[in-house]
Amino acid sequence: MIGIEHYLTVSAILFVLGVLGIFLNRKNVIVILMAVELILLSVNLNLVAFSAFMQDLVGQVFAMLVLTVAAAEAAIGLAILVIYFRTRGSIAVDDINRMKG
Amino acid sequence: MIQAIAFYFFATIVVAAAVMTIMARNPVHSVLWLIMAFFNAAGLMVLVGAEFIAMLLVIVYVGAVAVLFLFVVMMLDIDFAAMRAGLSRNAPLGLLIAAVLLAELLLAVGAYGAGGIQLGTPDGSAAQAAGASNIAALGALLYGRYIVLFEIAGIILLVAMIGAIVLTFQPSKPGARARQDVGKQIRRRPEDATVMKNPEIGQGVEL
Repeated sequence: MIGIEHYLTVSAILFVLGVLGIFLNRKNVIVILMAVELILLSVNLNLVAFSAFMQDLVGQVFAMLVLTVAAAEAAIGLAILVIYFRTRGSIAVDDINRMKG
Repeated sequence: MIQAIAFYFFATIVVAAAVMTIMARNPVHSVLWLIMAFFNAAGLMVLVGAEFIAMLLVIVYVGAVAVLFLFVVMMLDIDFAAMRAGLSRNAPLGLLIAAVLLAELLLAVGAYGAGGIQLGTPDGSAAQAAGASNIAALGALLYGRYIVLFEIAGIILLVAMIGAIVLTFQPSKPGARARQDVGKQIRRRPEDATVMKNPEIGQGVEL
């Protein structure tokens, strides 16, 4: 029988994979953005699973808001990437050091 | 039983697709695997009865964000000729993914018809009313108790849209400012911009 813990396990694996993707990726920023999307997806899965478990729809409302923020974040992030590419001609992770972070 | 099979199928593929997303050498492949992961996560959500969020996931991500990603991926130095040369090599993989997706669709329909997965017992405060569909119940919540949150979400999207436009806007002349000339817009009359023609059949029109 499938329970809440199954969903939480899948969600945890997705989350860890997203974090791993951020660290593993040494080539370009877009894949890092995708890893962030994976993390947000795991959060959404978590919220929906708990919403079904508690029989409380507020979790799904919240998942919708997370989705909104994810879309806004992707739009802004990609816009920043576009102007970065325009000025530097590259979006490799190693090249992004202008802020000396 | 079919619910458990569907769950494990979706869960396996979503994890596999996530692994491929972060491991793929080619960012275009990464995006495609990400879409696969989102489809399967949507399937997982359908199984517990959150149809609206699942459809939203497909529409927002597969429809908009993934296309946005593909658009930006074009900025990278990717040898598309070499990619196209691998078409015949990748055909078995593509067929396999198509078969998996078809199996998932059938499985999801079967599991959904069999009642989906019941994760809990009702004791929540905002329980879905019996007989109401997920979308109707969610809409009642969104346009009722959470209307302010809903409006704020809309404002966030508006700000994101304006921000993206402002960030990426390039004026046609270098140094020119992206500014509205309100007076010019108001001075413009319909007579200057449009003409009425009554063309004869077969004669065409001269502008």
